[in-house]
Amino acid sequence: MSARIDVEQPVVAPAASSSLIKQRLHGMSDRGIAWLFITPTIVLLLAINIFPLIWTIQASFTNYRANMGWLKVRNVGTGNYSDILGDPDLWTGMQTTAHFVFWSILFEVVLGFGLALLVNRKFRGHSFWTTIILLPMMLSPAVVGNFWTFLFQPQVGLFNYVVSFFSGIAPSSFQMIGDVGLAPWTIVLVDTWMWTPYVMLICLAGLRSIPDSIYEAAEVDRASTWRTFWSVTLPMVVPFLMLAVLFRAIENFKMFDMVNLLTNGGPGSLTETVSITLKRAAFEKWQTGWSSALAIILFVAVFGAANIYVKVLNKVKQR
Amino acid sequence: MTGVATAHSVVDASARTKWISGVVVVIYALVTITPLLWIFLTSFKTSADAVAYPPKVFSQPSLEGYCNLFNISSRQTPEFMASLPPAQGYCDKVARERGMVIAGPSKTPGRLMNSLVIGFGSTFLAVFLGTLAAYALSRFRVPIKDDLLFFILSTRFMPPIAVAIPIYLMFRQLGLLDSYLGMILLYTAVNVSLAVWLLKGFIDEIPREYEEAALVDGYTRLQAFVKTVLPQATTGIAATAVFCLIFSWNEYAFAVLLTSGNAQTMPPFIPFIIGEGGQDWPAVAAATTLFVVPILVFTVLLRKQLLRGITFGAVRK
Repeated sequence: MSARIDVEQPVVAPAASSSLIKQRLHGMSDRGIAWLFITPTIVLLLAINIFPLIWTIQASFTNYRANMGWLKVRNVGTGNYSDILGDPDLWTGMQTTAHFVFWSILFEVVLGFGLALLVNRKFRGHSFWTTIILLPMMLSPAVVGNFWTFLFQPQVGLFNYVVSFFSGIAPSSFQMIGDVGLAPWTIVLVDTWMWTPYVMLICLAGLRSIPDSIYEAAEVDRASTWRTFWSVTLPMVVPFLMLAVLFRAIENFKMFDMVNLLTNGGPGSLTETVSITLKRAAFEKWQTGWSSALAIILFVAVFGAANIYVKVLNKVKQR
Repeated sequence: MTGVATAHSVVDASARTKWISGVVVVIYALVTITPLLWIFLTSFKTSADAVAYPPKVFSQPSLEGYCNLFNISSRQTPEFMASLPPAQGYCDKVARERGMVIAGPSKTPGRLMNSLVIGFGSTFLAVFLGTLAAYALSRFRVPIKDDLLFFILSTRFMPPIAVAIPIYLMFRQLGLLDSYLGMILLYTAVNVSLAVWLLKGFIDEIPREYEEAALVDGYTRLQAFVKTVLPQATTGIAATAVFCLIFSWNEYAFAVLLTSGNAQTMPPFIPFIIGEGGQDWPAVAAATTLFVVPILVFTVLLRKQLLRGITFGAVRK
């Protein structure tokens, strides 16, 4: 008899409690549902993002080394921060990053905006060719970085061959990845290849948001093509362009995967973007405290930019 | 005097401008697609043809790359080769021609499996959590809503390497390093921010009248959500899921730092497909092709939603 109850209990109990939960859920107020729906997401983000962030802040004031847990962790105050900000190597790295961010975004904006203007003319088949152009941006940056090393092989790579075909330079006479002068441009080139479609797509949305009536009004006013471009097209597209530029700037500022596989920061540390410096410090030299401080500096910079990005995002949304 | 301006409306370009625009765009498209086509072609070459000079566009098609991707082979002496029974199957034959024998299966199927499990697992969780949060943020008056939305999105901007340092230590403590659970949770956290913003955009577009009608009919809020909002949000949910899946599938930084074997996905694995003397390019190209084709298919299917996806739902058309 008692055995039967033991068996039955676990079967009955969940059923009863689940109907109870159901009843409770159905009777819930809107406010209750709102919090029930939002909380899991917030908890996950707190656990995976904010808790580690707090830990990072704490570690950034110490000399902690994650591979030597037995060492006594000493508080070094703001030592790591002053060390980083006074480190000439790091400023060289920042310049590398700035070079990469500036030139890749410049090329992407020029090409992307130009392509958007052309695609917007709606020639026959424009939608098919647009889709083809969009493909690179959906790929994995790591895989992209990896297969471009194949195209950049000095003797047999397709890129070197094509360059030599058009310019007459021997295909083995230059190395896109190993050369001190070329490597910084190599990462710009691959990034431009990958992300021009991104800028194009957003610019295209900007162009399509301009009502035809404005152009017709400009026509009535006998505005020249250039005048129309400068006073109608450009100002209307600028918010969208800002959106694209800010997002690419943030992404390229923290660029890791593509560059890591394309040049791995080399030759030497010539293409070492800040993220690669951070990876080397944190996971190769195991200077956890020092790299935590650098991580915090990166966070602050990125958050500042993200704040502006969201403001622009909301502005564009109202259009 | 061209007189073009009087011949057409400014809104609709003239036939000649259209033609020139078309030619320029097509040339750009062809140039941009060439590297991908080249990788695709390389995956069907023999290792000798892949590194031939001058580069061969058309070569005798071979599945050597795919064979090497899924099998490990080892070099043997000619005497040993002569003593073997005849080759079984295509891959065995290809290996024998190069003086090698197949020694066993490679790690590729396992890595592909990891990518699928982690990709679908994190996508499911992110879309599930994201739909709930997006609905609440779309329909209810939530205090500090704008701050919450900014907080959710800002987590996506965190540099992965910076996040990876504490995550590495946390996962080490919890035994989650190189595990499915750890990677799924991590990717869910990254994806949920996109999911909330995208889905909020989609749910905002569903008229409230449907729910209100349902509420008047005596449905509870939850029933109204499940029976009227969810069915109308299916397209949005599907598009969001594809974006999440593509992110998890493509992710490299976390994967390379936090996994080594058990839970390693394809992106950190592909660059280390090694043959005799360095990277085995046909095999790498084969892996890249298999890895990239699903993404290309999804991109074509998602064409209309792409803009939303890359602007967190802000730009819709």
